[in-house]
Amino acid sequence: MKTENKYNAIVIGSSSGGMDALRKILSVLPKSFELPILITQHVSPSSDNYITQYLNKLCKLEVKEADEKEKIQVGKVYFAPPNFHLLVEKDKTLSLSTDSRVNFARPSIDVMFETAAWAYGSSLIGIILTGANFDGSNGLKIIKDFGGLTIAQDPKTAHSPTMPEFAIAATKVDHILPINKIGEFLSEL
Amino acid sequence: MKNEKEIIDENIDIEIKLFLEAILLKYGYDFKNYSITHIKRRLLHRLRTENVNSISEMQYMALYDKNFFRLILADLSINVTEMFRDPLFYKAVREKVIPILKTYPYLKIWHAGCSTGEEVYSMAILLKEEGIYDKTQIYATDFNQLVLKKASDGIFSIDRIKEYTINYQKSGGKDSFSDYYTAKYNSVIFDKSLKENIVFADHNLVSDSSFAEVNLIICRNVLIYFDRVLQNKVINLFEESLITGGFLGLGTKEEIRFSKNFENFSTFDASQKIFRKITV
Repeated sequence: MKTENKYNAIVIGSSSGGMDALRKILSVLPKSFELPILITQHVSPSSDNYITQYLNKLCKLEVKEADEKEKIQVGKVYFAPPNFHLLVEKDKTLSLSTDSRVNFARPSIDVMFETAAWAYGSSLIGIILTGANFDGSNGLKIIKDFGGLTIAQDPKTAHSPTMPEFAIAATKVDHILPINKIGEFLSEL
Repeated sequence: MKNEKEIIDENIDIEIKLFLEAILLKYGYDFKNYSITHIKRRLLHRLRTENVNSISEMQYMALYDKNFFRLILADLSINVTEMFRDPLFYKAVREKVIPILKTYPYLKIWHAGCSTGEEVYSMAILLKEEGIYDKTQIYATDFNQLVLKKASDGIFSIDRIKEYTINYQKSGGKDSFSDYYTAKYNSVIFDKSLKENIVFADHNLVSDSSFAEVNLIICRNVLIYFDRVLQNKVINLFEESLITGGFLGLGTKEEIRFSKNFENFSTFDASQKIFRKITV
């Protein structure tokens, strides 16, 4: 059945305007979608789990906040909890950390992208969405260096174009896609 | 087939394993049951900062240069904390745990992995306001002597006082937060009376055993850096160190459900991760 399973996981980084962008991507993915998805969305340290609850209602996949030591499973979408970095271990479990902010952010996209690249190597897909800062640029470059697939949201379709613009400037990304096409693209992989 | 980058990364992981073995053999600090990814991030950060070519080269430096090893030790210890971190946790301690602790003639509290001590001073303030500080002995422990020294000095950067004041208020603080410290240049010095009943001591959760029977253990955002094996070991150590009816307060994303000791605890406050030892 699984003939060309080139990829094993997807990581997504988003910031300002990310909630809407994530909704557009996640809500079109089918229940049978074969890759686990890890998301770092910049949120205030004291925010509650509103985003995951909201998206879980709208999506066919299970959307949840990541628990520490949780085994990464197909059919699930994991969010970095507010005020924690989300790290991926080589044994495909999740770790949380309260280490210093990276790029002024905790959770930081760079932290998740880099550790996911260590764990998944060339079988990782990295996606940078809307945001008003440069977090994730370095991480996306690392994913590319490891031979993974890199995607940036077309800045013209982004609520805040800065983050995808920085990512595109730092890395020769494989695909620049309008927000409405990303979910479709992933479904057809 | 692995590509070149993946092969290098595989080699880095081997070098890290050897590095940790060397640290254990030479200095007796065991990091082998820490989250590998956490260790790797910290070591690669040090590698870039020092402009060193490889982890193996850092291993040589750590073996032959004790000062460099001290830097590594600081890198590998958990040193991010704040006063009244997660104010709702301290609110739950104040409103739910303290009324029970008040019924004891004297109290012992253990802050395990206290780092630079911000949460220890928070607890001292809380105990003063609740009128039970004088009958309490606080043990504040960490394996890193640099941070312990900082903790016992009680001097913190002024930059974060505004944030701490808000935390204090959200946690149900009863007085004016500024009454507890004196500002000097870019620092604040906490009132000496807050540390009268605090003992700052070197203790390593990985290798040291229980040293007292206590009523409350605070260990927040330390277990997340450990693997399940070490987490189990430490939770067992905590159970041994608590009196029956004693409390264990963990970080907001930490759990003891998976532990074999869980059956000896009841969940006292699920959202604030406060557990209570129920059996002897």
